[in-house]
Amino acid sequence: MEHYLGIFVRAVFIENMALTFFLGMCTFIAISKKISTAIGLGVAVVVVLAITVPVNNLIFNLLLREGALAWAGFPDVDLSFLGLLSYIGVIAAMVQILEMVLDKYVPALYNALGVFLPLITVNCAILGASLMMIDQDQTFGESVVFGLGAGVGWALAITALAGVREKLKYSDVPEGLRGLGITFISVGLISMCFMSFGGIDI
Amino acid sequence: MATQKEVLIDPIFNNNPIALQVLGICSALAVTINMATTLVMCAAVIFVCTLSNLAVSLVRNHVPTNIRIIVQMTIISSLVIVVDQVLQAVAYDISKSLSVFVGLIITNCIVMGRAEAFAMQNGPWLSALDGFGNALGYSVILIGVALIREPLGSGTLLGYEIIPTIANGGWYLPNGLLLLAPSAFFIIGLFIWAIRAWKTEQVEEAEYEIAPNTQYERAL
Repeated sequence: MEHYLGIFVRAVFIENMALTFFLGMCTFIAISKKISTAIGLGVAVVVVLAITVPVNNLIFNLLLREGALAWAGFPDVDLSFLGLLSYIGVIAAMVQILEMVLDKYVPALYNALGVFLPLITVNCAILGASLMMIDQDQTFGESVVFGLGAGVGWALAITALAGVREKLKYSDVPEGLRGLGITFISVGLISMCFMSFGGIDI
Repeated sequence: MATQKEVLIDPIFNNNPIALQVLGICSALAVTINMATTLVMCAAVIFVCTLSNLAVSLVRNHVPTNIRIIVQMTIISSLVIVVDQVLQAVAYDISKSLSVFVGLIITNCIVMGRAEAFAMQNGPWLSALDGFGNALGYSVILIGVALIREPLGSGTLLGYEIIPTIANGGWYLPNGLLLLAPSAFFIIGLFIWAIRAWKTEQVEEAEYEIAPNTQYERAL
């Protein structure tokens, strides 16, 4: 149990997807002007990550890994080079399925997430988390916790940035830095704050 | 109709993918700690972006619009798999230090964004040029960032020592901040400032005008 808690805290704070690995930066910067939309997108990312990372873990371990197809009578087959193609396929399919399910059963959440759901397919944080999970050779249980933690961390970061940007628009910024430039510098400062979690050893 | 030269040159400064279109920041920043990985990453993006734009443009009239994203994704990920396999075979160390970021070229918004915005409407030759130009614009920023981070952060460039550090008996104390994630944000933020100071038409409108401080006059 402690082990899983460690993975969760590490994924949320110490190895934050957005602020330490720069993943999902495009959406992170483009859709952080208002807190409410930032939270909506954050929730969508948490849901999608918590589903796709474990699913990709199963696909890797049961189908692609070297020797994984032994049950089908192909003990020497190594399909790991097909990884990228399968993960992105799974992510695109998952997002599509999630969209249909939400539309049918939870229309309120579906309307709240709106255009963000399809956008998530091309969010690097989603693919990045899957690739990191493969890199670290996690078990199924670990991947569930890691997916959830990575999502929560990303959501936390985008909400924090949106909070900063809402205040920032009232400040007197030099002309050339207005908008994008000052946003980059604020992200840098937030990311420095997050680095102080690095001392925590779990 | 844009000329070939415009399509190729425009994305480098006038319409830079990173500084103006906010595309492709995702996989870019973490690889700029040293020049070698940066150059490999740039080469990979130029390869993928040019060929994917070419391929998408070639099939654009045969693909129904509602499955176009999947088609683009498949083309892009096949190209990235080629890059990934070649890197693992030829430059294993660099491929290890780039780790997941090679795979992340798939979701690099530059590749997707240009395929969707340009290659779906234009002919193969112009699209390939556009992909090449945008990847170049991306590379210019990346190389610029790496050019600041590597020498000041560790005193070397491409692994050769150019500023003798104290640890090696020289005079320069390396600035550790430049090896950490936040520095890339600061440097890109300042780059954007520099580009916009030069090309003032890119400056964004202020949402609020700040009223001048009249406290002093009123007191008089």
